[in-house]
Amino acid sequence: MSDHLRIATALGASGWHPGAAGLDRAFALATWRELIGTAEGAGIDFVTIEDSFVRRDAGHLDALLIASAVAPSTSRIGLVPTVTTAHTEPFHVATGLQTLDHASRGRGGWRVQIGDARAEAPLFGRRDPDALPLGDLLDEAGDVIEVARLLWDSWQDDAVIRDVETGRYFDRDRIHGAHFNGRFFGVEGASIVPRPPQGQLPVTVLAHAAPVYELAARHADVVYVTPSDDGSAAALLGEVRDAEHRVRRTGESLRVYADLLVLLGDSAASARDELARLDEAAGAPLASDALVVATTADDLVNRIAAWHALGYAGFRLRPARLPEDLVRIGRDVLPLLDAAGLHGAGDETGTLRTRLGLPEAPNRYTDSQKKEAVA
Amino acid sequence: MSEKRRIHLAAHIPGVNNTTIWSAPDAGSQIDFESFEHFSANAEKGLFDYLFLAEGLRLREHKGRLHDLDVAGRPSTLAILSAIAGITDHIGLVGTLSSTFNEPFELAKQLASLDHLSGGRAGWNVVTSSDAFHGANFRRGGYLDFAERYERAAEFVSVAKELWNAGVDAPVSHHGKHFDVEGDFPVPVSPQRHPVVVQAGDSADGRSFAAQHAEVIFSRHSEFDAARAFYDDVKGRLGQWGREEDSLKILPASTFVLGDTAADAAEKARETALAQVSPQTAIAFVEQIWGKDLSAYDPDGPLPDIEPATDVTVTRGRVRHENPAAVAKAWREKADAEKLSIRDLVIALSGRHSFIGTASQIADEIDRAVQERATDGFVIVGATNPHGLDDFVAEVIPELQERGSYRTSYDEGATLRENLDLPPLVPGSTSLVRTPVGAAQ
Repeated sequence: MSDHLRIATALGASGWHPGAAGLDRAFALATWRELIGTAEGAGIDFVTIEDSFVRRDAGHLDALLIASAVAPSTSRIGLVPTVTTAHTEPFHVATGLQTLDHASRGRGGWRVQIGDARAEAPLFGRRDPDALPLGDLLDEAGDVIEVARLLWDSWQDDAVIRDVETGRYFDRDRIHGAHFNGRFFGVEGASIVPRPPQGQLPVTVLAHAAPVYELAARHADVVYVTPSDDGSAAALLGEVRDAEHRVRRTGESLRVYADLLVLLGDSAASARDELARLDEAAGAPLASDALVVATTADDLVNRIAAWHALGYAGFRLRPARLPEDLVRIGRDVLPLLDAAGLHGAGDETGTLRTRLGLPEAPNRYTDSQKKEAVA
Repeated sequence: MSEKRRIHLAAHIPGVNNTTIWSAPDAGSQIDFESFEHFSANAEKGLFDYLFLAEGLRLREHKGRLHDLDVAGRPSTLAILSAIAGITDHIGLVGTLSSTFNEPFELAKQLASLDHLSGGRAGWNVVTSSDAFHGANFRRGGYLDFAERYERAAEFVSVAKELWNAGVDAPVSHHGKHFDVEGDFPVPVSPQRHPVVVQAGDSADGRSFAAQHAEVIFSRHSEFDAARAFYDDVKGRLGQWGREEDSLKILPASTFVLGDTAADAAEKARETALAQVSPQTAIAFVEQIWGKDLSAYDPDGPLPDIEPATDVTVTRGRVRHENPAAVAKAWREKADAEKLSIRDLVIALSGRHSFIGTASQIADEIDRAVQERATDGFVIVGATNPHGLDDFVAEVIPELQERGSYRTSYDEGATLRENLDLPPLVPGSTSLVRTPVGAAQ
């Protein structure tokens, strides 16, 4: 199963081409149920959901709450909302994601983003936008992830004992305060939420530069990168591995996913025509950090197969149009990948960690007790 | 014959107090989603106006250690309400969210999102929580004095309303004592525009805040006379803000014990109280006042003969008592007069149930309290999670319907504000104030 590549889609309130029409009824639960239900039905492994405090286009909803609302009507797909770190409360971020994991029965994940921190500062009025150097924001994001991981472990799985004899509901030796004091904030207590079903939610980061590769290498399970061609696809993998080496990452290596902005057509020509039409509607050619792939499903699958062979564990596809390109990914791309034996048939159950090929997450406190017992 | 006043009921998800019995055979998980599925399906079957969930910001401590005698562990408010929106169609979704350990821009964005995703069913119980113990989990940290808490809360709510009114159509510019918010809001105007604002404070400041800002008060006065006094006081304050009696609903927290006969109910009430007040819980309760370790005392014996420590807080994470010596004195007098052991006393003090009786008796009491304007309804909390309201829905709700004062179905597509029979908001206003008395017309 670990040879299988994984397919994610990146969803927002509209497709990734600014010239594409916005999602119809983008603010209704039914719309999101249908979108994510379509992705699940097609066997897509997980969806990420965009978010920001800055208004974009016609507006958008809170990604964590979209994921939570959709959790009960789905049963297999991973739900990975964007939750930013510069202006949020680390305690709320951690417990919110933990709750998503409970509500989805182990299918929650986190796409960490600093956010557009400088632009967002005036919305909060508590940090000077000119005093937010990128290095600090990245360090802070690292601290937020570290605190989230401490809080997710803070309840051991067997903390609730319901011992009538002694009148105790839980064993206080099995619940641990975070006792975190960093440069940017502190969190003293344990989580209010018992350990999530996955133990640790998969943490994912989109990265374009060495400092962010290092952030991912220190703290994340999955990194999304943006190769522009075959050469850079190979080079970026090397950069990620170098970053892992520099930060002395131990244990599982980062799963590296390539981001592609996808516009699919029945022929390559019709896909290119549609791209040209959207560029015209937008008034400018599409500019994207990710490679724009306007082509057929076959072509896309060839590229995916080739990059997978380089060492990419998966691909995060950004549909140029919603829902059209999501529907085409599900209807045309997944079956080809399945048929080629590159991807599972989409009937897998279990947690998101399992889907991503991540091992079960040990609890740091349970582990240390075992070590003490052995010593 | 005049039409009967409609009873408004909310279903309270049992919280982290000793009133939630974890030792009962049907006591389920406090966190597994299955519990929330059952609770919300049952509450919606009972046609409650809304379900209510309190917030946790830090696990409680007693004598410097985690308080391990009560249920603990709960979901994050917004995420679980959103998940419940995904499995319900009509019931309102109200959660407690602190105005101290949140920022208005983020909370407004989340509540507006919840209102969209639920089709207009979101509500917000605004609380102030400002001690250093909770603050240690948050960026803000620290302590805010009592007067400033409501000031901050009022400004918080008004910033949130400015953002909700603006939607994505116009930038907001707010510069006040507590908040500076400048820029565009990312969420379009939501179905209710403002989620329903609920408030629970009982002080003069709290009541005054409610009269201006709240549409529901979650009160603690469930007993008839106290409820009516509270109702008169708060509703009496509405006039000066140009608000009508029905624009603010008062719903006291209340518990019940249901029996086949009155005697059966009384016996069950005793059993329930014993399960809620374990011997260890009784000692811990008294330790809160005495401020010292009393584990050597017999819970079935008399109160300690030593005096309470002054100015010591042994329990953190809940409301503290102001004058331990006076409380201890009153308890001693009560225990002596009624010959009560420690555990009996704690049961007498904390284990009281609002309604004890048959379904018909309980329905009569609820109906009377509403018809005689002691209240607009109740927030009902069961003794176990998630099945604590099952019997109430099966037996008491039909009795209320027979009395003609409780809905027999939800109105299709109704918002929470409509469930509560609250008047529509004044368009464009951030205030509930309609025609301020004395204002130029």
